[in-house]
Amino acid sequence: MKLGVLFSGGKDSCFALYRAMQKEDVTCLISISSKNPESYMFHTPNIHLTRLQADAISLPLVTFETEGEKEKELFDLKKAIEKAMREYKIEGVVSGAVLSVYQSTRIQKICNDLGLWCFNPLWQSDEVEYMKEFISLGFKAVISGVFAYPFDETWLGRNIDKRTLNELIILNKKFRISPIGEGGEFETFVCDGPIFAKKVKIVKAFKKYKNYSGIYAIEKAMLVKK
Amino acid sequence: MILIIDMSYKKDSLSLYEFVKPIANIVRATDDFAIKHFSEINENDIDSSEKVILCGTALKDNNFLCALEKFEWIRQFENPVLGICAGMEVIAKVLGCDIVRRSEIGMTKIRIVKQDVLLSGRKEFDAYELHNLSVVPTKDFEILAESNICIQTIKHKRKPIYGIMFHPEVRNEWVVKNFINLPKHC
Repeated sequence: MKLGVLFSGGKDSCFALYRAMQKEDVTCLISISSKNPESYMFHTPNIHLTRLQADAISLPLVTFETEGEKEKELFDLKKAIEKAMREYKIEGVVSGAVLSVYQSTRIQKICNDLGLWCFNPLWQSDEVEYMKEFISLGFKAVISGVFAYPFDETWLGRNIDKRTLNELIILNKKFRISPIGEGGEFETFVCDGPIFAKKVKIVKAFKKYKNYSGIYAIEKAMLVKK
Repeated sequence: MILIIDMSYKKDSLSLYEFVKPIANIVRATDDFAIKHFSEINENDIDSSEKVILCGTALKDNNFLCALEKFEWIRQFENPVLGICAGMEVIAKVLGCDIVRRSEIGMTKIRIVKQDVLLSGRKEFDAYELHNLSVVPTKDFEILAESNICIQTIKHKRKPIYGIMFHPEVRNEWVVKNFINLPKHC
């Protein structure tokens, strides 16, 4: 089955892509860039680098820009999926939704309207077990945004590894922070993993942080051999 | 042992993560279980199962309705069976009920219309729906719960066979736990 994977460049979409590639024929990635940093549906930090990540994974990328208004951005998502249907003949869509009923409901409705299959291979995953598997499979990701107390500036640009996961588990117990950032507490950017033919090297980045909210903005990145 | 049946379009599909693993994760906490695809169920699997759960499928996946002969064992099985969405539709078809087009996607209010141990103690709750079909039961079934759109829970009048249209693995794990706690024969 030919599938398009909704792709933000973060850990959830990369892991969903990994699972989809194990089972079916992924013919393209679909990326929505939102002008609204508070987007309900679409992850925003470093979204401009999805093209570089798609090149690293050796898959074509269908992109679409949205203003990011709450329900209007769903029309734009539908347009992007229709574009992928036309250009890559996809029969289904894969999302990295884990626990968000808001996100999955809207993607399911769009696919249903378009007569497409819809797959959510991370759906209802145990958060800690998912993170352990992500790390053990060799995915390399950095924290590209923090949006909740008690994250300080040092979290920005930090690698997602076992030590980071252990600290996230402690924050989960103390402050109910989701260890996968499911509540929007943090965002990630994936540089490497088992589906990457080349890895993304971050050459230049800066941190912008204030009051427990900040982003790790990647200004320059390049592909390097693994 | 609880038998969890994968109802998806093929064995070991991408849907396994979405519709079968979440149910297995609930069962794992208290019970032994085995996962099998519906196409591979044999007499031994059924004979060795104290309970059976038939999982849901992707919204576009109705392939199981073309293989109803694989579910004939439901007629003779005496232990508890829980059919979730696609599983409910299969139970309905095998036991003579009708299937009609009724669509719900997302959270829906469920009203309990007859008390039963499966949905015990609740009058109503919100549940996650993902279906384009629904069941019109025969007189062999009693209706336990409804939404504004369709029948949400049925129980066979003489056997411990349940069908639920909503997905309990999303925000309503207690329903699966209640099913697990049913006595072997009830």
